[in-house]
Amino acid sequence: MSGHPATGQWFGAGVRRVEDPALLAGKGCFVDDIHLPGTLHAAFVRSPHAHARVKGIDAAAARALEGVHAVISAADLPDTARTKRLPLFVPNPAMTQPLMPHVLAREEVSFVGEAVALVVAESRAIAEDAAALVAVDYEPLPAVNDCLAAIAPASPAAHINSSSNIAARFPIAYGDAEKAFAAAPHVFREHFYLHRGGAFFMETRGAIAQYEPQKDAVTLYVSSQGPHTHKRGLLELFDFGEEQIRVITPDVGGGFGPKSGFYPEYPALVAAAMKLRRPVKWIEDRRENFVASNQERDQHWDLELAVAKDGKILGLRGRMVHEAGAYMSHGVVTPWISACTAPGPYVIPAYKLDVVVAFTNKITVTPVRGAGRPQGVFVMERLLDRVARALKLDPAELRRRNLIGPEQMPYAVGLIFRDGKPVTYDSGDYPACQAKALAAIDYAGFAARQDKARAEGRYLGIGISNSVEGTGLGPHEGATIRIASNGKITLFTGATPQGQGHKTTYAQIAADQLGVDIRDITVVTGDTSVIAYGVGTVASRSAVNAGSATHLAAIEVAKKVKRIAADMMEVAPEDLVLEGGFAKVRGVPDMKKSFREIAVRSLGMPGFALPAGTQPGLENTTYFTPERATYANNTHVAEVEVDTGTGEVRILRYVVVHDCGRVINPLLIEGQVVGGVAHGIGNALLERMVYDENAQPLSMNFGEYLLPLATDVPRIEVHHIESPSPLNPLGVKGAGEGGTITAIAAIVGAIEDALAPFGVRITEAPVTPQRIIELIEAAKS
Amino acid sequence: MKPAAFAYHDPTSLAEASALLARHENARLLAGGQSLIPMMNFRYVTPDHLIDLNTVAGLSGIHASGETLRLGAMTRQREVEFSAEIGRACPILIEALAQVGHRQTRNRGTIGGSLCHLDPAAELANIAALHDATLEAESARGRRRLGFAEFAHGYMTHALAQDEILTAIALEPWPRGHGYAFLELARRHGDFAIVAVGALLALDARGNIARAALAISGLGALPVRATKAQDLLRGAKPTRESFLAAAAEAGKLDAMSDAYVSAAYRQHLARTLTQRALERAAQRAAEQPRA
Amino acid sequence: MSEIRRVAVTVNGKAYERSVEPRMSLGDFLRHELELTGTHLGCEHGVCGACTVLVNGLSVRACLMLAVQAQGQEITTVEGLARADGALSPLQQAFWEKHALQCGFCTPGILCTLTELLRDNPDPSEAEIRATLSGNICRCTGYQAIVDATLLAAERMRGEGGAR
Repeated sequence: MSGHPATGQWFGAGVRRVEDPALLAGKGCFVDDIHLPGTLHAAFVRSPHAHARVKGIDAAAARALEGVHAVISAADLPDTARTKRLPLFVPNPAMTQPLMPHVLAREEVSFVGEAVALVVAESRAIAEDAAALVAVDYEPLPAVNDCLAAIAPASPAAHINSSSNIAARFPIAYGDAEKAFAAAPHVFREHFYLHRGGAFFMETRGAIAQYEPQKDAVTLYVSSQGPHTHKRGLLELFDFGEEQIRVITPDVGGGFGPKSGFYPEYPALVAAAMKLRRPVKWIEDRRENFVASNQERDQHWDLELAVAKDGKILGLRGRMVHEAGAYMSHGVVTPWISACTAPGPYVIPAYKLDVVVAFTNKITVTPVRGAGRPQGVFVMERLLDRVARALKLDPAELRRRNLIGPEQMPYAVGLIFRDGKPVTYDSGDYPACQAKALAAIDYAGFAARQDKARAEGRYLGIGISNSVEGTGLGPHEGATIRIASNGKITLFTGATPQGQGHKTTYAQIAADQLGVDIRDITVVTGDTSVIAYGVGTVASRSAVNAGSATHLAAIEVAKKVKRIAADMMEVAPEDLVLEGGFAKVRGVPDMKKSFREIAVRSLGMPGFALPAGTQPGLENTTYFTPERATYANNTHVAEVEVDTGTGEVRILRYVVVHDCGRVINPLLIEGQVVGGVAHGIGNALLERMVYDENAQPLSMNFGEYLLPLATDVPRIEVHHIESPSPLNPLGVKGAGEGGTITAIAAIVGAIEDALAPFGVRITEAPVTPQRIIELIEAAKS
Repeated sequence: MKPAAFAYHDPTSLAEASALLARHENARLLAGGQSLIPMMNFRYVTPDHLIDLNTVAGLSGIHASGETLRLGAMTRQREVEFSAEIGRACPILIEALAQVGHRQTRNRGTIGGSLCHLDPAAELANIAALHDATLEAESARGRRRLGFAEFAHGYMTHALAQDEILTAIALEPWPRGHGYAFLELARRHGDFAIVAVGALLALDARGNIARAALAISGLGALPVRATKAQDLLRGAKPTRESFLAAAAEAGKLDAMSDAYVSAAYRQHLARTLTQRALERAAQRAAEQPRA
Repeated sequence: MSEIRRVAVTVNGKAYERSVEPRMSLGDFLRHELELTGTHLGCEHGVCGACTVLVNGLSVRACLMLAVQAQGQEITTVEGLARADGALSPLQQAFWEKHALQCGFCTPGILCTLTELLRDNPDPSEAEIRATLSGNICRCTGYQAIVDATLLAAERMRGEGGAR
């Protein structure tokens, strides 16, 4: 129990999830489980070239194959869907080339995997047979495969009509960096290279487009992170009114960011369904997933850190080059976040980062769990370790000297975040968080452990990492809570889960106000027809936004229930308590009305007037619009052993102290943190999308792109601190990404510490065993 | 990722399978399917005919007779993994198998299928090379036996004719009391090895190395016997110095580079793993009662 | 070229007979011919394990087996793991209590894998559980809760478990 004044018995309880019995019994409903009568199956014809002109498409052989119903290319699309590019939802003046994809490629393809045509057939197998018969006349063009090379003068253009590969450029700055550096006793300079990979949700993307001619209406079932985005995209590309489009997201097998985007495949499927007047289903196969689902990729940071003699930071400056991939589907969000995350929980008096966003001929980069933050954390933490080594300071002590203290909250960093608002850390005790983590892992005893191991010829290392994360971003999320005439309670929200447990956590929040069991509240997500506006579950924003909306809506419904019940029983509303689906008069057990009776009363009766000032029904819709982001924070400490014979890394212990404000359900939060750390382990040690010099993807299967397995993830020890957020009525902060954001730095820091006797410095991630051996050999010579 | 269409045949006898193989062009044999079906799903291979050996009787089984251990080609990896008999007679085979894929793949995967697939890092190929195994094949034209070195023709290519079916693999486990170790470096548990080392050591009455065999996979297309290293070990004392010297030789073997792993790293692993495998094998030999 | 074949198979104790193309995988057969959509396809190349089912009691990747190969076999899918009276199996129950699933997509495959493990090894160590699980990828949970659920289920199945 968290003791929050607004909470009752459910908030803070680690209850098991209501969604689980169905999922455990194999009765989940993911998009491929949906069978609509008459469904046809689609496969996309995708470019095998990273960059090429499309001279023509010959689909004759494909169309002639038995079982094929249509082959659709750009020329076959309805007008707006053919001529317009997909809408950009996050514009920013920094973007000099806000390029977006077409629904189907027209004269040019810009990455391996870009869709050129759509085949619709009786079965997926036949559609694939036919796709292989579609003859596309490509004129290959030079491809840009590296973001640094992309911005060099001699680089070929990633896009035909482009004179530069710079998609955007912006400074992130505050304070007087030049002055700070001029006066600094110590300046450390470093280049960092970070590569993050894809989301690799276990359920690939997929959608079913259905067109009903009698209603002239489209329904799109799509595995997404929020259907309202997709509805908005379809409204832009087709000539429909809003009542003609419905987007539904059923159960989703993981999202992690890349399922939130409105991809070209979806309007292509809608066009096909409209043309064929039959539902058209497309399920991305895993090979497609490697080339057609957005991912994160490369960043290069050239940084200088100025510090005083005692290690206090005076300034940070440099340049960061961010790989955008082929298009700007999510604007400059990822690199902006990276840049704003680098200062972290440390006092940085002056900061100047020049950010350059570069096109390459690869699949577009959009946020993957962590959304650019892991990179910002990494560069700062690696610099701090460098400073500590140079100044012969304990790394924990150096951090302590620089951490923002709780007495400095709220702390205005000086930056403008991607939501246009100043970055102000609202609450959190960073020194206490670090101290707790160090105590938990017995940091004080580590030197002895390390020495003992070295005497045995074994190399142990410890790495510390601190992060601050802007969560709960706007613009809004809503909740409609309605008690129906049969007394059943339903909560509708646009916050669409992909495993986060919304059906449970929002029921917990509402149950506290309505006095019911969580199993009496049905949470409905993922349907644009049940709530008008929605943004979606991304960016660790849902607990804050949808949670707060739920809380406020539930309070309003509870008030109305009491008002009407009070009227029915001729008592004052204050005399009532809500318990077990009834409004009961306090102290008089037999005087009560059921929600059903109250709901029926709220409908009124034909011919009779409702009481003055009363709207019908027991329902409320509230959208929570946060004033600005609320900042969660955490500390990770990793203890590793490096096998210097093979380069293998074993994580021996891993401690997280996590502060996401008040915790709605501790069982679920633990799952988010542990899952997030596992992803971070993947980014630190395993995950790499390998391309060749022609931007051809080489890692195209799960044998070559390595995801962490149960044998790669150690026990993660999670501890909590609750620094409530002052920015929402629940005091919550986001929790979905903290595990990933901080992990990479902690693990790589630990590896570097283990290899300190060899003089190895590590300024990149992921780090493979081969790379470790190379670094050791290089340091020896 | 649906495969291209094919005709499916489920013969019940080896003769029937051989006849089908001889009659049909662009035909593939289906054993455990753990390697072939992914390739078909990716459409890297598109056979017109798939001949299922799972329905053929008499191709699986473990037989020990005299000094020879004979495994039917369709013997599931699982069966070998849990065979107490093999655990006693040829423990290195069990140690190698534990690192082959995962439970699910070993439940279906076969000894013969893995050997015919000849992935460069395949553990079973290493074991076959280590023991100079003999492979038995049959076709409508008759039977023959070939040594593993002859069988392993090139990169993922065996020397069997188009119409031949592998029926068994025979090897001679080393006499009781031998030391053994199978070590590999894989990125994750169950992954293909980057480099794998199989080591067998037999000590004489004075405790010196009477016999040594070293097979290293992952350096090139096929497993290699580290003959120079073996020569250095024969007659030497089982000491750290001997093992380092042998390992240094192993590290000089040619290695390939690809987009993921450099030749230098492979050679480094060959050195490290050979040394460790020899240490472990010697330790085990020392623990064993002499035959 | 691709003729249709008749397949007769028992799934979760019930007999089925269907006509299929030889190239149809067991996974697609279960999902689309038999409408047992609990088994999921995550990669179709035999690595992620989401499609794991039990064939004659042994865990198998349904994406690497052809439907026609299931002829005459006994298959158990996630839909068949619950008890006869519909109650969750001890393993499913433990998963629920320990939050061993988040999106639930990999869960059916993992349940089949672990059902086989606990049958063959009633007292597995954490290391053994993780090694067995290495054939199933989960992107959500980080595996810890799955391991805890397995240990709890094993304890209960051995009769040692505490209160439910």
